[in-house]
Amino acid sequence: METGSPENTGTAGDERAVTEPEWTGLPPGLLRMRRLLLVVWLGLLAIGLALLLGTLAGPGWAAFALLPLALMAWGWVMIGRNWRSWRYAERADDLLISRGVLWREETVVPYGRMQLVEVTSGPVERHFGLASVQLHTAAAATDATIPGLDPAEAERLRDRLTELGEARSAGL
Amino acid sequence: MTTPGVDDAVREKRPVTERRLHPVTPLRRAWAPVAVVIGWAAHDPDQAQRQLTRLTTTTLLIALAVVVPAAALYGFLTWWFTHFAVTDTELRIRTGLVFRRTAHIRLERIQAIDVTQPLLARVAGVAKLKLDVIGTDKKDELAFLGAEEARTLRAELLARAAGFAPETAHEVGEAPSTQLLRVPPGVLAVSLVLSGATWGTLAAALVVPTVLWLATESVWTVLATAVPLFGAAGASSVGRFVTEYDWTVGEAPDGLRLDHGLLDRAHETVPPGRVQTVRIVEPLLWRRRGWVRVELDVAGSANSVLLPVAPREVAESVVTRVLPGVTVPAGAAVSRPPRRAARCVPVWWRGYGLAVTDAVFAARTGLLRRSLALVPHAKVQSVRLAQGPWQRLWGVADVHVDTGANKTVTARLRDAAEAAQLLRAQAARSRTGRRDARPDRWMA
Repeated sequence: METGSPENTGTAGDERAVTEPEWTGLPPGLLRMRRLLLVVWLGLLAIGLALLLGTLAGPGWAAFALLPLALMAWGWVMIGRNWRSWRYAERADDLLISRGVLWREETVVPYGRMQLVEVTSGPVERHFGLASVQLHTAAAATDATIPGLDPAEAERLRDRLTELGEARSAGL
Repeated sequence: MTTPGVDDAVREKRPVTERRLHPVTPLRRAWAPVAVVIGWAAHDPDQAQRQLTRLTTTTLLIALAVVVPAAALYGFLTWWFTHFAVTDTELRIRTGLVFRRTAHIRLERIQAIDVTQPLLARVAGVAKLKLDVIGTDKKDELAFLGAEEARTLRAELLARAAGFAPETAHEVGEAPSTQLLRVPPGVLAVSLVLSGATWGTLAAALVVPTVLWLATESVWTVLATAVPLFGAAGASSVGRFVTEYDWTVGEAPDGLRLDHGLLDRAHETVPPGRVQTVRIVEPLLWRRRGWVRVELDVAGSANSVLLPVAPREVAESVVTRVLPGVTVPAGAAVSRPPRRAARCVPVWWRGYGLAVTDAVFAARTGLLRRSLALVPHAKVQSVRLAQGPWQRLWGVADVHVDTGANKTVTARLRDAAEAAQLLRAQAARSRTGRRDARPDRWMA
């Protein structure tokens, strides 16, 4: 293999980088919510499919209802991995958000560039006691969202980010 | 709640004088009904013919007697009810006959003011004033003003935005500009002949209808594809020649002045310090002559071309004026991705490149048509590192830099460790964005 094989340069290099910031993971509420939604929707689909195929095509065909169940098992694992991959770090001057398992993405937003910090919470999220924080800069491509936070933590983060943003405001 | 009080205070000091637009304004949309009729006739000739034969002279006269005064009255009333006024802090535009609209444009939010003169407006001696304001998608415009009035108003608005005293603002006049460069028409013509877009669209316009004719032998299908294709070919060659004709760049205290156009004259200003991204584009056939095209992105502005064609050294000196303190990285300073990037993007990976100086983040893309995008560190809004599974296998990653003009500049397929380091370093550089930040030439 060529110089600098992936084994040496991949995540190992990432870990080596200067001072590793203090990462914060997401609370387990989001994992619970996503898994519950997955089980409910795919469970309903499996039951519906089994009943439909069982009555119309014969009991043998009802075995196809196992497909959504397999999907559910796979989704269960995927959601877990995805949830574990989300993490953020508040550093002295910028916010780091890292996410993704296969398609990894790491975003850095300097506090001075924040135009607006939003806390959103949909009806389902509210039921599970969750809220997400979204950061807007002057660039629309900046996609800095932290989902599934505890509402108190979300508000603390919003207030802190706004305060830091004002202190370091750099405008356009 | 506080605004009325402030307004009163302002009004006490100096009464706001409201002005109207130039009296030819009502005629600006006079062509619209004619165009609609012609469009309808062209779209459905048989129907138009039948309708025309049914029209008698009397009905025609009655229609004219109703339509013309009604249109004239509408035109007159919209003009009558459109006022604008310049106060110490705002430009106010009141308009609308049925739906009233009042726009208060804060002078310090104005990014740029362009004076444009469409062909007919040049004949009538009037001009249009276009305002680029932060945070608005739609351009507010004052159309039309007398050509001289437009220039003085523009100068006054910019002087007030720059903070001159209100009493003297209208006397400051247009800042004098010194001409930096003028693109000769011959060079422009040759550059268009040598650009791939011209030949590409022309080839498409010739080949596609021929193939369709052989396949379908239907005249209408051929016409329906040939007309838009030839239109595109014309727009990319003749159209560009007409808009970019006599391109003049001048330097003034309030920014770079761009004057151009064969039929429609445009007079634009690129304010310094508002430029988010500059792209130096080098098509394949221009390379032997050492010509480049310079494009730019300004937040809230549609201006995108800085120089249609110029020798590289001249272009670089103009870029230095738009991005103060920036030197364009030389070709040798732009480093390619590691060789294993070829596993992710075969052949074309050679076109990618990155150079980071203490003032700019510069990323190159394209193998035949090279394009080098420059982002000053001070304009970076956020930095992202993205890595897909296949890229991780080969230990490479992309670094995206987002700027305020909704443009993202990407350094593709960098070595993963280098990309991670770049992410941190770029965030640190963008945070301060000051030119005196430590010289971080770790890319070398």
